[in-house]
Amino acid sequence: MNILYDERVDGELPKVDKAALLASLRERMPDLDILHRDEDLRPYECDGLSAYRTTPMLVALPERIDQVQALLRLCHAQRVPVVARGAGTGLSGGALPLRQGVLLVMARFNRILEISPEGRFARVQPGVRNLAISQTAAPYGLYYAPDPSSQIACSIGGNVAENAGGVHCLKYGLTVHNLLKVDILTVEGEAMTLGSEALDSPGFDLLALFTGSEGMLGIVTEVTVKLLPKPQVAKVLLAAFDSVERAGRAVADIIAAGIIPGGLEMMDNLAIRAAEDFIHAGYPVDAAAILLCELDGVEADVHDDCRRVGQVLEQAGATEVRLARDEAERVRFWAGRKNAFPAVGRLSPDYYCMDGTIPRRELPGVLQGIATLSVEYGLRVANVFHAGDGNMHPLILFDANRPGELERAEALGGRILELCVAVGGSITGEHGVGREKINQMCAQFNADEITLFHGIKAAFDPTGLLNPGKNIPTLHRCAEFGAMHVHMGQLPFPELERF
Amino acid sequence: MGISIDASGQLLEQVVEALATRSPLRIQGSDSKAHLGRPVIGETLDTRVHRGIVSYDPTELVVTVRAGTSLTELEQVLDEQGQWLPCEAPHLGAGATVGGMVAAGLSGPRRPWAGSVRDFVLGTRLITGHGKHLRFGGEVMKNVAGYDVSRLMAGSFGCLGVITEVSLKVLPKPRAVANLRLQTDVATALRLLAQWGQQPLPLSAACHDGEALHIRLEGGEGSVASARDRLGCETLEPGFWEALREHRLAFFADPRPLWRLSLPNATAPLTLPGAQLVDWGGAQRWLKSEAPLEEVRRIASQAGGHATCHALQGDSGESPFHPLPPLLMRYHQQLKTQLDPMGIFNPGRLYADL
Ligand SMILES: Cc1cc2nc3c(=O)[nH]c(=O)nc-3n(C[C@H](O)[C@H](O)[C@H](O)COP(=O)(O)OP(=O)(O)OC[C@H]3O[C@@H](n4cnc5c(N)ncnc54)[C@H](O)[C@@H]3O)c2cc1C
Repeated sequence: MNILYDERVDGELPKVDKAALLASLRERMPDLDILHRDEDLRPYECDGLSAYRTTPMLVALPERIDQVQALLRLCHAQRVPVVARGAGTGLSGGALPLRQGVLLVMARFNRILEISPEGRFARVQPGVRNLAISQTAAPYGLYYAPDPSSQIACSIGGNVAENAGGVHCLKYGLTVHNLLKVDILTVEGEAMTLGSEALDSPGFDLLALFTGSEGMLGIVTEVTVKLLPKPQVAKVLLAAFDSVERAGRAVADIIAAGIIPGGLEMMDNLAIRAAEDFIHAGYPVDAAAILLCELDGVEADVHDDCRRVGQVLEQAGATEVRLARDEAERVRFWAGRKNAFPAVGRLSPDYYCMDGTIPRRELPGVLQGIATLSVEYGLRVANVFHAGDGNMHPLILFDANRPGELERAEALGGRILELCVAVGGSITGEHGVGREKINQMCAQFNADEITLFHGIKAAFDPTGLLNPGKNIPTLHRCAEFGAMHVHMGQLPFPELERF
Repeated sequence: MGISIDASGQLLEQVVEALATRSPLRIQGSDSKAHLGRPVIGETLDTRVHRGIVSYDPTELVVTVRAGTSLTELEQVLDEQGQWLPCEAPHLGAGATVGGMVAAGLSGPRRPWAGSVRDFVLGTRLITGHGKHLRFGGEVMKNVAGYDVSRLMAGSFGCLGVITEVSLKVLPKPRAVANLRLQTDVATALRLLAQWGQQPLPLSAACHDGEALHIRLEGGEGSVASARDRLGCETLEPGFWEALREHRLAFFADPRPLWRLSLPNATAPLTLPGAQLVDWGGAQRWLKSEAPLEEVRRIASQAGGHATCHALQGDSGESPFHPLPPLLMRYHQQLKTQLDPMGIFNPGRLYADL
């Protein structure tokens, strides 16, 4: 079932007259940058999920918040759908435009408004790049902890909208754990502040509700993030294993030893070889799996923990355990991991990145399941894994130019996500649902749960003009998705609740 | 381990009945936090019938617990595995339940460094205002499928649904602890804390009780020992933090109403109309005062924070919680209407019109 917006199952969209809309936008906001010619719109057809493209009706590139507000008011009055976009690095099609809608690009809001070393926060505009916050805070010995691999490019507004994670989540939390305050504009252009500079705020925790809401409940116009003191030292251990299972068990052993590493990542052989080819990180290319374990904090503790973890890894059957000798080697070890996606991308004309989470104990079974599915679909899969928090990124290799391969890759991806749900996991750990996982939402949630989600949407956006069709499927879509699965006779997990 | 009883069917039945007759429910665990919020008039729904630990796998760092389970029981079970809930939630009564902990969303002295109750919520099961028993979030660390209903429940005081079960992230306890006391005035203490906050010190609590600065260090042996040498304070009796968390320090015996002011980090010393105690390294100040609501709220707002009164307001109908701006209140009401269309869950507990 195609994931592009389909009015038949996703709901009818208002009919918008492009010329009339353009004219009224120009009249109301003469200084707002608007793109409307096909060739100018093309760069905005997709986000990081580039297999899916839709040309937006118009692209707006505001530079002042009052322009965003005026645009929202006008679109609300004229019933025009609005899709927000940050840096467009999202991997689930969250910023995929609509043919009948305006794409609201927040990337020009790239100013850091305030760094308060004593208050330990940074107040920034939504288009500021994730990494820029830590770079600006560095002279004060502070940093912003969540570090998605895309951090050189992705925007903090996009991070809030996706509740982005990174390799240091297990110890330092996700975006939601590192926010103090978010200013938003509602669909009607009203300004509202969620959270505060204090650690809690009165009323419901709307800050938590908005984090990860994929631009469906409001537009983020300013973000205040927590800053943490930079750990004194960080050391990385690299351990090689001759089986993925053993590597998986080693992860549990580290935690059982009472240690929470700053980062704990796993890569399988295909991913190791790809990364090594690309980055020359010094990975052991014959290993079935490697673990990268970063220990950070105060010197004395890190020293102790390295020794402890080293022992645990050896007892767990590591064939090799290496401590990065110096900062340069540590950075290289991480560079291999952080570039794993593009590295795998070099192995194949196209790849499709999945994002399921599972309870860690299920790892061996799920990897086995993925291997079996990989053979069944005739497509290679490389595995990169935030092992500490059970977040898997299977990368499916395919060639979109070969007829049917994209569809096969998608079908395989869908099966992998359903496998995650079946073992008590989730269809998305950090990349979001967007359009990509709109069908799998029907496997994760039942009709009543989805109805409650629609209720939340209606509380903030009753006319459904903000990012329509993303994140939460219609019950109509789920009914068809369910029927199709049964029809093809391959209902993967008959014990799952469906409708 | 304690008794395990799945009484969700019974709770659901009670909600369905209340929906049919549009009768408000007063959701309670042990009522240990009944002094917080406006009084609710309605039939009691007691979550304590639904209790027990559903699953706990220490190496997954997740525990799933029924809402009516006693918090003490949960803490004991975690302790046996060398783990805990780092948010150090106050019990405020012998029978405090896990559901009450989540619904009230209160966190203890470790909050600024370790996170709040909400930060440890991974999943919930809820009985909704449509009479359904639903599941949100889960037992995995990362999960962004759909809206984050689970974390929304933390601190919602039962106004959006009945929490029947929660999955919480737990962590190993630190290997070393030191409790220190430094004789100094409040202004100096706050200045020191603002400096220390920017350094990688293993701080996990900081309080000034009017006489001295009390600090807790937690981490590995090495970091705790070196921080302790550096700060050079005298040792403090370890019972201090529990007494602070449970409001059992002498300060709390003052008969005047208790206020909690939540403020930005590094807020300067405040002149308050009553006796005060600095907690959370300065980000939380306890106040004993008979000053009018408006006065305390004004001081807190001016400092960029808010104030909550931890004492019942008598018959005035006033909310002890800081008033919301009108627009924010409107969206609160719209959310409440969507999730609890009949208005049966703890009506008015937070605010009169919610
Ligand atoms: C190579 C690569 C590696 C990645 N690694 C990670 C990783 O480790 N962890 C991780 O979590 N993600 C990762 N991602 C995914 C992506 O970078 C994140 O989801 C990021 O948060 C998206 O930010 P963005 O600014 O690009 O948002 P966009 O892609 O532009 O938008 C994402 C969503 O946010 C909404 N949005 C954007 N700005 C606003 C706003 N101001 N107000 C309201 N809604 C808004 C959009 O409507 C859309 O739904 C990776 C992506 C790539 C390409």
